[in-house]
Amino acid sequence: MEQLEHNLQSIQARALEEIEGADSLESLNELRVRYLGKKGELTAVLRSMGALGRDERPRVGQVANSVRKEIEGRISLRLSLIKDKLKRETLAGESLDITLPGTAFNLGRLHPLTVVTRQIEGIFLGMGFSIAEGPEVELDYYNFEALNLPKDHPARDMQDTFFITSETLLRTHTSPVQVRTMERTAPALPVRVIAPGKVYRRDDDATHSPMFHQVEGLAIDRRIALSDLRGVLQVFAEQMFGPETRTRFRPSYFPFTEPSAEVDISCAMCGGKGCRICSHTGWLEILGCGMVHPRVLEMSGYNSGEVSGFAFGMGVERIAILKYGIDDMRLLFDNDMRFLSQF
Amino acid sequence: MRVSLKWLREYVDITVPSGELAERLTLAGLAVEGVERPGEGIEKVYTGKILSMEPHPGADKLFICRVTTGEGEDLQIVTGAANVSPGHVVPVALEGARLAGGMVIKKARLRGVESRGMLCSGQELGLDTGFMPPDQAHGVMILDRELPLGMDVKELLGLDDTILDLELTPNRGDCLSMVGVAREVAALLGQRVRMPKTRVAGTGPGPGEVARVDIDAPDLCGRYVVRLFRNIRVGPSPRWMQERLRAAGVRPISNIVDITNYVMMELGQPLHAFDYDTLREGRIIVRRALKDEKLVSLDGNERRLGEEMLVIADPSGAVAVAGVMGGLATEVTGGTTSVLLESAHFNPVSIRRTSRALGLRSESSSRFEKGVDITGCLRAADRAARLLLDLGAGEVAPGVVDNYPGQAPPRTIILRPGRIEHLLGVAIPRHEAAGILDGLEFQPKVVGDDLLVTVPGHRVDVSLEEDLVEEVARVYGYNRIPYTLPSGVSTRGARTPRQSLEASVKDCLVALGLYELVTFSFTAPSSLDRAGVPQDSPLRNAIRLQNPLSEEQSVMRTMLLPGLLEVLARNGSRRVTDLAVFELGKVFLPSSSDPLPAEKTVLAAAATGGAPASWNRPKQYYDFYYFKGMAETLFGRVGLAGYSLERETGNNLFHPGKAARYSIAGRPLGVVGELHPDVLENYRLPPVVVAMEIDFEMLADLAGQTGKYRPLPKFPGIERDLAVIVRQGVAARDIVRVISKFGGGMLREVSLFDVYRGKQVKEGCQSMAFTLKFQAGDRTLTDQEVNGFLAAVAGALSREFGAELRN
Repeated sequence: MEQLEHNLQSIQARALEEIEGADSLESLNELRVRYLGKKGELTAVLRSMGALGRDERPRVGQVANSVRKEIEGRISLRLSLIKDKLKRETLAGESLDITLPGTAFNLGRLHPLTVVTRQIEGIFLGMGFSIAEGPEVELDYYNFEALNLPKDHPARDMQDTFFITSETLLRTHTSPVQVRTMERTAPALPVRVIAPGKVYRRDDDATHSPMFHQVEGLAIDRRIALSDLRGVLQVFAEQMFGPETRTRFRPSYFPFTEPSAEVDISCAMCGGKGCRICSHTGWLEILGCGMVHPRVLEMSGYNSGEVSGFAFGMGVERIAILKYGIDDMRLLFDNDMRFLSQF
Repeated sequence: MRVSLKWLREYVDITVPSGELAERLTLAGLAVEGVERPGEGIEKVYTGKILSMEPHPGADKLFICRVTTGEGEDLQIVTGAANVSPGHVVPVALEGARLAGGMVIKKARLRGVESRGMLCSGQELGLDTGFMPPDQAHGVMILDRELPLGMDVKELLGLDDTILDLELTPNRGDCLSMVGVAREVAALLGQRVRMPKTRVAGTGPGPGEVARVDIDAPDLCGRYVVRLFRNIRVGPSPRWMQERLRAAGVRPISNIVDITNYVMMELGQPLHAFDYDTLREGRIIVRRALKDEKLVSLDGNERRLGEEMLVIADPSGAVAVAGVMGGLATEVTGGTTSVLLESAHFNPVSIRRTSRALGLRSESSSRFEKGVDITGCLRAADRAARLLLDLGAGEVAPGVVDNYPGQAPPRTIILRPGRIEHLLGVAIPRHEAAGILDGLEFQPKVVGDDLLVTVPGHRVDVSLEEDLVEEVARVYGYNRIPYTLPSGVSTRGARTPRQSLEASVKDCLVALGLYELVTFSFTAPSSLDRAGVPQDSPLRNAIRLQNPLSEEQSVMRTMLLPGLLEVLARNGSRRVTDLAVFELGKVFLPSSSDPLPAEKTVLAAAATGGAPASWNRPKQYYDFYYFKGMAETLFGRVGLAGYSLERETGNNLFHPGKAARYSIAGRPLGVVGELHPDVLENYRLPPVVVAMEIDFEMLADLAGQTGKYRPLPKFPGIERDLAVIVRQGVAARDIVRVISKFGGGMLREVSLFDVYRGKQVKEGCQSMAFTLKFQAGDRTLTDQEVNGFLAAVAGALSREFGAELRN
């Protein structure tokens, strides 16, 4: 019996040593068959147990079981180590050239004027303005007369006009939408709209395009004041150009507003210190505005003694140019892909 | 308006530096566009006399001058100027002098001869040479021989001045004058204006005895004041007057003309001087022109006048276009001895129409059309008389003829402090408002709680309470008004469904790889020729501009695609050959019933080349199927269903075999297709360009609302592929129709995944392979059931098209 136990111990010692030395799945499998298989060494030893006495069998059986367990355990441990190693080797062989370019996707782009217009719209939508629209070929009445610009008014020279007939023209500003909105709404209150759109003037150079875009704004209620206009435009300037932006109002003249103002923002390039972009003034003009002229209110059906309103109009190109640092307005209409792909 | 501060100081004390003055004027509504300091940087340039001049021994075109500046030793200066000679007094730059533009003068040797300074031209002193006689504009400036030597020329030439360039708004015609600007400065600085001297003593018979004024058109001429000057000595005006006129941008001509211009610049009242002796019977008749009446104006051009134009006439005919331009026949010349001076007021609208009709704009007409102070005519006439005497240019006849049919009491306006607060959002106390208005020469009087404000004659732009509120606000300071937000009923800002749809269509196309364009709404009439649009097409009926910038931009577009094709061609010429673009914009279609055209929004897209390829993915070329897929993806995105597709025929823009028209219930929705080779040639485009134009109005009408949720299928579906061989020419759509019809109620989806022509199939045939998806709502389908459906489909295809199954 002792001999048998001794054999088992020596099988275990040998097996463990060889398992330790195995370095492939095949050799490990071979060892499993050699030691644990049906014709394996351990099985052979167990078969020979028949020669032992009844009382000796359990003891030897116990030893044999523990040897089997030990060998099985070591094999599975070794197996996982080898599998691990193989996986690592495989992964190492699968390494990509991560510097090759990624697959090209084809995403289009919105025109920068659309991007800027949407941004402007978003700011005013947030302040309770809705979006109104009007025709681009307009009646003289809406473009001029109803805005307190009768025929032969010298201020008509401020906007060089494309005429179609004596009574129809290409609108020179988005202000006619003000009038159409008021006519439609009066005498209901409040009115709060912006009107983005194309406008046309007979001008063509690096800073003027015969077609350009404006966003008009109009608010009418019982007690609208110039201070409200200042507040709304300050919010706009901060959201459009950054929280540090300051606004400055300068008295100006538009026939359809009284009082009238032009609004400057502190130069985004130099923060107001003065640079080439702002002609060393620290300020950039961005829009015209004012309190709706009483005659305009009256012509559109509101009682100017009871209600008041403000209006403003800004050039979208001007804002795009300031935001993106574009140096020639004509680029916005040339539709050069090398330009459009930058936005 | 150019304002010399040196001149302005004559009327008002300027108590702040010029930079601050510019800022304050700007913030009060008189925008200062520029501040010029013409003499800035000029140093050590003095008056000097040329004592002698000798030719340079080593150079043909140079002279050696001996020059004195009155003190120290004489200077030897080499000059190339040919317009000077000994005895001339000229500006001399000494060693170390600085000239305009920063040039520094050093001792130098010119062809071996020492030169210790330079004789200066007007340009080198920063002067506008446009006002100088031609010989002086190009050579050295020749000064008055009587000038003391050694005088600083900066002072002499008025270069120690600061010029403010004012960009005036059209309502402030009153500030087109020195006194007008002085009034603003006085109001801002708390000063008072000093009016120029106008007192004159006359001699001889007054104008009432020798001249007569008749105003036949009092609606167009509210006042006509006449003064008479005798024993006129026409000559140049004094230097100070010339300098000031130049600083204001007016060319000096002669003492009489310069006086009229000087008074206009000073007081804002245009004046006109007639040679009295050329006026028949000494009579002035202000009347409308006769039909086809003619007048040779001062510039020598014969003008044909119209019956609505106001003229100044004598009994023989028109002698001037009132307020616009004088006539040649009555012009003041060197031989003039008596002058009849006009100081009048004309109707702004009439002046504007006349000046437009004649294409003539003058300093005078631009002031009259903005409105001139009718109460100031007399003062201006008197001021001119005073200057005439001061200049010793003649004698003044006593008194005036003042024909004043337009006389009216001054305008008064009630200003309520509550109205100020309502409009501005800040309360400005009544006394403060009154103080501001008083400073601007309004006359405010307290009446109850309010102010009764009398408007001064020069403020023709002020007629309403709101105008007064602006006056108060701009002096008070717009930037002292607080920031508030509108109170009252709150409103909800939202896009309309249509506006949201426009945004999502753009976003969808961008996601599909298209670039958005913005092209001009006007185009050339010939653009439709290039696009193959037939002459009799309704698209040829375009809105035409009366005054386009060019023929290329003379009609409003009736379609978008030509503009897109131009963009493709332009980019192609810049070697950008892969591009896909779209525009969502309006076309303009004339209406027979409405003066305004119908403005319809159209969606157009065009592409050439292909979507960018990668090293690991082949290039996808833009072709008919690419755009068809894109269009239908878009339709799906906006919930547009029930459209049908037909071959587009008879459209010269598109390839006859590669274009399709979408329609819904018979209404055309749009066209997708590859372009006709002729059109490609017209635009010089590459061989394959695909395009579409969709009626966005219809798309918006029919786009679906958000659909209802449909429960997800509970049982798995079964997919089977079916490949059939059919004759070429059998349309895929017809096969799908048969499959759908015979596939049974469980057939959910049919999609084509392959089309093959080639060796594997018979000549003239093609294989088309479809995936059919079957699904039941209440159970899992069995293979046997599906096999049954497929067999039915195969049988039907064989009957209908002679199709064979392909294995």
